[in-house]
Amino acid sequence: MDPTTLSLIQLGIVFFGLGFLGRLAGRIGMSPVPLYLLGGLAFGEGGLVNLGGIEDFAHIASEIGVILLLLMLGLEYTARELVTGLRQSWMAGLLDLVLNMLPGVAVALILGWGPVGALVMAGITYSSSSGIIAKVLGDLGRLGNRETPVVLAILVIEDLAMAAYLPILTAVLAGVSFLGGLTALGISLAVISAVLVGALRYGHIVSSALDSPDRESFLLKLLGAALLVAGVASALQVSAAVGAFLLGIAISGGTAENATRVLEPLRDLFAAMFFVLFGLNTDPGTIPPVLGFALILAVVTAATKVSTGWWAARSQGIATMGRARAGAALIARGEFSIVIAGLAVASGAVPAELAALATTYVLIMAVFGPVAARYVEPFVRLFQGKKSPEPEPSF
Amino acid sequence: MNIEETPLPGIGVRRELRLANGRRMGVVTHRDGQTELIISRRDDPDACAASIPLSAEESSALGALLGATQLIAQLSAEQKDVPGVTTHQILIREGSEYAGRPLGDTHMRTRTGTSIVALLRGGDVIGSPRPDQLLEPGDLAVIVGTDEGLAEAALILQSRT
Repeated sequence: MDPTTLSLIQLGIVFFGLGFLGRLAGRIGMSPVPLYLLGGLAFGEGGLVNLGGIEDFAHIASEIGVILLLLMLGLEYTARELVTGLRQSWMAGLLDLVLNMLPGVAVALILGWGPVGALVMAGITYSSSSGIIAKVLGDLGRLGNRETPVVLAILVIEDLAMAAYLPILTAVLAGVSFLGGLTALGISLAVISAVLVGALRYGHIVSSALDSPDRESFLLKLLGAALLVAGVASALQVSAAVGAFLLGIAISGGTAENATRVLEPLRDLFAAMFFVLFGLNTDPGTIPPVLGFALILAVVTAATKVSTGWWAARSQGIATMGRARAGAALIARGEFSIVIAGLAVASGAVPAELAALATTYVLIMAVFGPVAARYVEPFVRLFQGKKSPEPEPSF
Repeated sequence: MNIEETPLPGIGVRRELRLANGRRMGVVTHRDGQTELIISRRDDPDACAASIPLSAEESSALGALLGATQLIAQLSAEQKDVPGVTTHQILIREGSEYAGRPLGDTHMRTRTGTSIVALLRGGDVIGSPRPDQLLEPGDLAVIVGTDEGLAEAALILQSRT
């Protein structure tokens, strides 16, 4: 068969299958990320069916997927929210960083993956999934809760921290020296500060330059700008993803809302391809040996996230139950962990088992996180020895 | 009244006020314009007992309804010192004689001595309606007058064609 024809058929099968998986995820109220990973595992090397013909497309599509994921993450925040979040919750953010990076570092060192592997695993266990968490908080009707701003502030800081972490990671993975890594960090910190200040003062200029009443030209300008900025950032060793994130922050107001609306389906499409490609490149046969480590890591990092949330909520004067809710809400890991693992695996600087461990870990955490958030209250009550919640007599 | 405003990064803004009984009540406005009415739980003031999603019309209707109660309370309070004068609300029902006709047709002031000071319509308040204001089924007419006058006014407004 003609290779193009074969690719089309295989791509059709993959998208069609993902469509069903996405629907299933929506039905049972979970994030589709773990299902996409499973789909990739099933279709890839050592899986049920081996789809080899879509590698080229999948590769560039997944690159675009990461750029869109980060661009839309940036669109969600305004520069003002980032600055206020940083000012108010840097202590909680720091605790979050230390507590949750350490387990990843420990596992990488125990498994003998060296300092590069440790840096990668640190990022994987650190980053909560802002996508999953924001959705879960909304679904559970917790947006009015007092601990919710605490949780969101931690997520904001994590996403900002990623903007500093990713360039360092990119530089280290590329085998740049310690000094080179520091330079990359310096450049990226300077760029981040410049963008934050610029977005606070001149965000409307970027927005109006991109804005267009015509949907088609708006979409093309947006996508063009995103790829351009990502490409330039990548050439500067600042990581394409961070470039896109910063562009997202600079776009504000009505333009940001329209951009979210226009880009959402594209992001879903390309990001799904990204998760599938990650699964495709992971041989399911490598999972059983790392399963034990993934489970231990899951338990430990669930505990460290709960401690982070607990501490942050307590410092805001929130009672026991709210502290537990804040902690449990933070457990979910997802897209960011896979983005980090994806960067590492693509560079070839880390062993293949790391991909297997990252996949398994995210599979566990993306499923367990929302469940924990939902059932934390009865669980805590069990501990407190109280029977059932007192029914609300009347509103 | 102190309204506390909390930004919810990535989601929207929460505005709430502390009720006299210590509970929090307020509104979460999402970026996309979706509104949620929230009220805190009694046993756990950090949490919410209810968060009720409202459409744009629903929330504006609810807002006007709450505002209108205040208006009526205000009117009643103003007339407290005037003995024998009270405020009353009368619903213009479907099929009422004056539904669809201008307010002036009722000759309310001449016939009963009462005055229609406001109309509540679909969540909006039409203050000091003029005689050419059309009455619609579903309108709530806020009337001020003596008890006897109000009883007559009710008969007039509720009469059928």
